Amino acid sequence: MTATPSPAATARGTEVRLTDLTRVYAGSVRALDGFTLHMAPGEFIALLGPSGCGKTTALRLLAGLEDADGGTIEVGGRDVTSIPTNKRDMGMVFQAYSLFPHMTARQNVEFGLQLRRQDKPTRHTRAAQMLELVGLSKQADRFAHQMSGGQQQRVALARALAIEPQVLLLDEPLSALDAKVRTQLRDEIRRIQLEVGTTTLFVTHDQEEALAVADRVGVMNAGRLEQLASPAELYKNPATPFVADFVGLTNRLRCTVSDGRARVLGGAVPLLSGSAGDGPAIVLVRPEGVTIAPVGAGSGGAPAAVVSASFLGASGKIVARLESSEGVGELVSVQVDNTDVTAYSPGQQVLLAPRGDAALAVSAS
Amino acid sequence: MSTRHTERRKRATLRWIVIGLTLAFFLVPLYGMLEFTTRDLINGGRTGRVWTTLFDVSAVTERYPALAEGFLASMALAVFTVVVMLLLLVPTMTWVRLRLPRLTRTVEFICLLPLTVPAIVLVVGLTPVYAWVTYLLGEGTVWLGLAYVILVLPYAYRSLDAGLRAIDVKTLSEAARSLGASWLRVMWQIVLPNLRTAVLSASFLSVALVLGEFTIANLFSRKNLQVAMFELGKSDGQLSVAVGLASLVFAFVVLFAMSFVGRKEKS
Amino acid sequence: MGVAPFFVYTTVFLLIPTIVVVVGAFVDGSGRPTLDNVAALAGDNSSFLPALQHSVILSVVTALAGAVIGAVLAYAVSTARPDGMLKRFITSLCGVLAQFGGVALAFAFMATFSIQGFLTVWLNSLGMDTGSSIWLYQWDKGLMLVYLYFQIPLMLIVFLPAVEGIKPQWREATETLGGTTWIYWTQVAGPILLPSFIGATLLLFTNAFSAYATAAALISQASPIVPLQIAGTFTSEVILGQENVGKAMAFAMVVVVALVMWAYAWLDKRASRWLVR
Repeated sequence: MTATPSPAATARGTEVRLTDLTRVYAGSVRALDGFTLHMAPGEFIALLGPSGCGKTTALRLLAGLEDADGGTIEVGGRDVTSIPTNKRDMGMVFQAYSLFPHMTARQNVEFGLQLRRQDKPTRHTRAAQMLELVGLSKQADRFAHQMSGGQQQRVALARALAIEPQVLLLDEPLSALDAKVRTQLRDEIRRIQLEVGTTTLFVTHDQEEALAVADRVGVMNAGRLEQLASPAELYKNPATPFVADFVGLTNRLRCTVSDGRARVLGGAVPLLSGSAGDGPAIVLVRPEGVTIAPVGAGSGGAPAAVVSASFLGASGKIVARLESSEGVGELVSVQVDNTDVTAYSPGQQVLLAPRGDAALAVSAS
Repeated sequence: MSTRHTERRKRATLRWIVIGLTLAFFLVPLYGMLEFTTRDLINGGRTGRVWTTLFDVSAVTERYPALAEGFLASMALAVFTVVVMLLLLVPTMTWVRLRLPRLTRTVEFICLLPLTVPAIVLVVGLTPVYAWVTYLLGEGTVWLGLAYVILVLPYAYRSLDAGLRAIDVKTLSEAARSLGASWLRVMWQIVLPNLRTAVLSASFLSVALVLGEFTIANLFSRKNLQVAMFELGKSDGQLSVAVGLASLVFAFVVLFAMSFVGRKEKS
Repeated sequence: MGVAPFFVYTTVFLLIPTIVVVVGAFVDGSGRPTLDNVAALAGDNSSFLPALQHSVILSVVTALAGAVIGAVLAYAVSTARPDGMLKRFITSLCGVLAQFGGVALAFAFMATFSIQGFLTVWLNSLGMDTGSSIWLYQWDKGLMLVYLYFQIPLMLIVFLPAVEGIKPQWREATETLGGTTWIYWTQVAGPILLPSFIGATLLLFTNAFSAYATAAALISQASPIVPLQIAGTFTSEVILGQENVGKAMAFAMVVVVALVMWAYAWLDKRASRWLVR
């Protein structure tokens, strides 16, 4: 779901500018190092990366829960760098323990409205609206411990949006939930965000999640932003080896680079900009970028032996061990249609060839 | 920009002030004990005479036989209480968990009942019971341990219950039984070793309680450490206060050391 | 039946004594049912009612004071590093002072505040007149101070887990929604901690109400509180027709303590629902 926000929604959102943010812990640990991000009004940006990459730090600096050691934060054109959290007007959903345990869902949602001194009828209506939006009108009088994890996060979302914040901040909101609930809820969050039009920053370590919901994804590593692009762009044209590795699956295959192409698997792969120069290198080929055929089917390719054939539901995965001199012993993952999985069995001789999708090559060290 | 830094520093200073004041309140009387026991009542000034006497075992047994008797009695009581408590609780609680889960509430209720029956009340009700105990087992102080087990029940139960919950008793014992172990063996070689932390914790709490018990011993006219200390206070103030301070310090060291043991076991 | 030993033991040493007290309060010397014991307690000549009043006041005051100071101390300790030395030290110290021996505590206070006590001597040397130190041995002055000495640590031990159960997310959520520190304490942390706080206060009440050793060591003459009165029945002469008055006193104590403990158990269940999750 990477639709661009509708014009009406864009008009409601707020622009956010994070410029050159730095955060240093305990003397020398640089959690954020010159982080810059510009969020368009109504845009949904996901920050993706492994733990310790700084994505949560960036979110917390924007929220004001931590002080930046350098850089500025502008929201809607206003410099909020030195403004405390409770005056920044942002809605936040946490990974766990989002809700106040001593209040019902309704009371939780009304809390922010109460602080803004709205009168009872207004609060009630607005809270009912928000609970309706997240599909939990029936749970309005339940407490946190009476709800499932997914329901709690929905209420937390309702509570954050009730105050009509300038920015919506989500700190790994789905990480503590079951797999199935996670996929359902992430679509819900995106649907609601599109409807309401709030500029949103979403932090996660799950690349599938980030790709599925965001307008743009920022991949972070060691406090820096490695690439900020749409999910498709990120997937097809990774700017650095880290991004290529982190987003989607890759096979790391030994190859020889010449003329801007990598010789691998008995064929050639066009290379993306930023790849290593001529000579021996490692090319990062995606599983769907490799074709597989039983020996005897005639076409060229590198000989390999099947190690395993897995049925994954919507698709299938064959893992084969190369027997050619180029990358002998390397394991290659190949994506196949789910109907083709049964055609392969362990030990079977096959031929692997590149499909021709562009890939990134990195130096062999 | 450093609103949060200043806030955190404010909170830290407040923390130190509060803790400092409370620590002062706690340490002043303890210092009072130290000060009192180091006074040289004859010549003025300071002396360590009282403390050297306290740690001189032969001097104590010779000149303060009641104190020595009370000390030994409390040691015996501590051991007796811990052993009886473990013998009583570990098999029972394991058995209930494995075979008789319906009795859990009853056992829990009984074990927590002593919280509602203070020692001073228990001692009133125990009078006829102890008339029988004295008749059957004699006047020995160590038989107070039978009542002490009741006093430690709530604390021991909580420790052991937490321990049993942490290890999966059911699976462990089923595995052992399927390999042919008798119930006794299961208890001794499987359950007990895995309950080490909980057993240690329950034992330490029991020892602390026994060493500090005064009410029942006093009203049944038996001589344990606290009673001996109390009576010594009437004749030799300095030594009795020294005993009190020593016992407090000892208990602190034990609890402090125990706080490290628990952590290691958990990870 | 592997559980038989347990039930036999607790019957002999716990249930039978409880029955002895409960039944004995309402029978006379020859075992016939009577309300004379209770009447003796409530009568005009009896010193029991004043003692009961004193016990209640002593327990309420030290419970409230200990609860408030102990709660502040618990909050201060909770902000320290979880595995640090300071926290271990304070928790161990409180463990000792809360549960270990009233006699040593009484001695500590006598060594400090009596006529020869170091604090008295020191204040005198500074020129301050401390008067007689009789106050130390009075139930509503000295005894209260000594009781605080073990009430505050007990509060720390019982209340600290509750304070540590407060999740940082709740404070952060309050801030992002626009709340101040005041709002946080009055509308979030306060209400969440209230059941635990009240429960702990009740526990402190029971603790003070049942305490005997400290009072016995400090007060040698009169019996201004109930535990000392009960102890008195062990040593005084048995008046005909009043053999079981001691049991009636004990029964009164059990009733008070049972009520308070029941309220505590109910509050504890409620609080644990919110904080354990």
